[in-house]
Amino acid sequence: MIDGVFWTALALVFEPQTLMVGLAAAMFGLFVGAVPGLSATMAVALLIPVTFFMPPVPALVAVVMTTAMAIFAGDIPSVLLRIPGTPASAAYTDDAFAMTKRGQGELAMGICLVTSAIGGLFGAVVLVLLAPILADFAIRFSSFEYFWLVLLGLTCAVFVCHGNMIKGTVSLLLGLFIATIGLDPLAGFPRFTFEVRDLYSGLPFIATMVGMFAVSEILRTVTALGQPLEVVKHQFGNVFAGVWRVLRRYHWNMWRGNAIGTAIGILPGAGADIAAWISYSVGKRFSRTPETFGKGSEEGLVDAGAANNAAVAGAWVPALVFGIPGDSVTAIVIGMLFLKGLQPGPMIFDNSPVETTALFIAFFVANLALLPIGWLAIKASGYTLSIPRAYLMPIILLFCMVGSFAVNNDPFAILVMLVMGVVAFLMMENDIPIAPAILGMVLGDQLEKTFLTSLMKVDGEVSRLIERPIAAWLAAITVIIWAMMLWSAWRQWRAAKTRA
Amino acid sequence: MKRRTFLGGTVAASTVVAAPAVVSAQAAWPNRPVQVIVPWGAGGGTDYHARTMATLLEREFRNPFTVVQRTGGSGVVGHSAIAEAAPDGYTIGTVTVEIGMMHWAGLTKLTVADYAPISLLNLIPAGVQVAANSPWRTLKDMVDAVRANPGRHKSSGTGQGGIWHLAIAGLLNSMQIRPDAAPWVPSEGAASGLQDLVAGGVDIVPCAIAEASTLLRAGRVRSLAVMTASRVPAFPDVPTVKEAVGSDWTCESFLSLMAPKGTPADVVARLDAAVKKIMEGPEWKQAMDARGFGVNYMGAGQLQAFATRSNEAFGGVMRALGIART
Repeated sequence: MIDGVFWTALALVFEPQTLMVGLAAAMFGLFVGAVPGLSATMAVALLIPVTFFMPPVPALVAVVMTTAMAIFAGDIPSVLLRIPGTPASAAYTDDAFAMTKRGQGELAMGICLVTSAIGGLFGAVVLVLLAPILADFAIRFSSFEYFWLVLLGLTCAVFVCHGNMIKGTVSLLLGLFIATIGLDPLAGFPRFTFEVRDLYSGLPFIATMVGMFAVSEILRTVTALGQPLEVVKHQFGNVFAGVWRVLRRYHWNMWRGNAIGTAIGILPGAGADIAAWISYSVGKRFSRTPETFGKGSEEGLVDAGAANNAAVAGAWVPALVFGIPGDSVTAIVIGMLFLKGLQPGPMIFDNSPVETTALFIAFFVANLALLPIGWLAIKASGYTLSIPRAYLMPIILLFCMVGSFAVNNDPFAILVMLVMGVVAFLMMENDIPIAPAILGMVLGDQLEKTFLTSLMKVDGEVSRLIERPIAAWLAAITVIIWAMMLWSAWRQWRAAKTRA
Repeated sequence: MKRRTFLGGTVAASTVVAAPAVVSAQAAWPNRPVQVIVPWGAGGGTDYHARTMATLLEREFRNPFTVVQRTGGSGVVGHSAIAEAAPDGYTIGTVTVEIGMMHWAGLTKLTVADYAPISLLNLIPAGVQVAANSPWRTLKDMVDAVRANPGRHKSSGTGQGGIWHLAIAGLLNSMQIRPDAAPWVPSEGAASGLQDLVAGGVDIVPCAIAEASTLLRAGRVRSLAVMTASRVPAFPDVPTVKEAVGSDWTCESFLSLMAPKGTPADVVARLDAAVKKIMEGPEWKQAMDARGFGVNYMGAGQLQAFATRSNEAFGGVMRALGIART
């Protein structure tokens, strides 16, 4: 493996100019990731015009650095303010913030940082060693397999609900309802649009998410301004203290999170956000203490934190091998690859050995650099807590508005953000959790699309949805999980009845 | 003291600018960034053309040309944004073949008449792609199979009533086969349609042959024909529909640079001239070669006539398919 090509690539990555680009991209990624409403996808979209003027290697380094940093940085406002910086951090925001309230802010930060770095490295190793084989497997997934996979993911939503099951279901249904707004994905028939053109493309996802997490939190802070701060006020001490203990205890969760994250990243169309949700719910399902999830569970942080950064590298697998994007970031990257004369395809590793090797090196460098750079970012961000919330919140609101607008340069998105913020505020005041609604939005759209296209392909014969072997396996797993859930519910009901 | 000087300067400057405002605003074009609106996603074919062109225009005019995505609503959002922008030369955009289709489907009232055409950016010929393990070796095999079993073999590659849907429907129609004999399975675009083709979910993807080039080279899909009058230079081994089955059906998507109606004629003319110069240069050719696109230029007048013809042709196919609502 280590030959002339490797050293050439290494030299290219470590050229002073490339390193400078990487550092600048890292700062940019940290900023975009940490600002609620600005996502990793947007960071890369903004980066593309700049990379036009660069040779291929610095351009690739810039993209890899930006995404790795942005996905981690999304955790910072989660820990500090209970506002996820990017959708990929949404799954475990409650846990991260609960830890801060307990005075374990630096431990939460440390777990997020270290699991992000390890997840990223894990994904990179898989990318280097197995890219062609895994891409070959993932490309065989048709709408049938995705349908069962999404159904499996939605089943997981039940595990994401903390506390009251009925309220969690209400939230999930709200999310599924929101997913139906707009032109229906197949026939283009308008639903719940009331002839408003802005609603034709549905509620903008980023704006809705930002509204539900950030604006609602701002409203909560405003209504509680008179009361003393609930946040434990202190600068961050040693971020890495205690992380080793947690990781040793939950090492199995971490590897599982890495594997789930990479796998979901490789599947076309699903990225870091879905990876974090699924890994978190799987973690809760198999946890010995599922009741702590959502209330500051270290285990939940490890599960999800390990998954989202692993998905970033995974998404490059089908993008490089087949030119098929693994997530929304690589969808943009593919255009850049062509522009730089790197033709995606199974031959890319033979045709452009130096560039692809440099890309691999960039992944390792980015995730190792994440540790010191992320540590500095955490240190700096600690000061946010000492800013009076009365000044901090308007600034955050401003960033949220900019972020929502910038996705599609659409002022309507700001309105959506504000309205959904009020909706989420009312939900929180009534103890209805927000997370299931977001998951419903993410998966509802996919569920409808994959179910209907599959039915069209089999001329409406539902039984043929399990015709294909992988689909049949996924269906079997789904049904078994449902049966297990019904069984345990029935046992609980019987136990309650016998007691009575 | 300092402040006063500054104020005095500003007043003087604004008087100078204000007096001949109308004349100087046009003569000075461009003196601030020009927005290029793209109605389709970042990284796709339209975006690729727009970004490459914006970069080269930027150098030509020594003025920023900023690409802005306005996606969604099957292209309605972005196309409306271009048409409704102020016609001052500071907003232009990529108008695609869908401008002659969306209004037939009742999605919008916009037509090509609502724009000031600048130049054609490219013609994108449709191809007929099947999976590498498909039993069909030629277009005739495929057409025979569809004729023998109407409704059995599914096709995909864009939304319902999208350009590639019309491509296959028009081809079948021209062979006296029901246009819906290869039922359409909507997808988000050619990339997801092609992936589904490789995965065995659908049988035919009649998307642009350039969009399939990666999977063609990887040996995962086969192109049975291109829907053009003569073979596409980048794919010399792929026969035309005429050669393969004798039908005269052709289908090319187009993408063009247009401005809102009412944009000053001299601005349009200067942009058109710059685009022409760029498309004759080596950089454009190189960028198009990289993705298997051709180089096709048409000036403003020619484009207007072409887009109008395209509008009529697709209206006809959509009526035959029963998806025209107006």
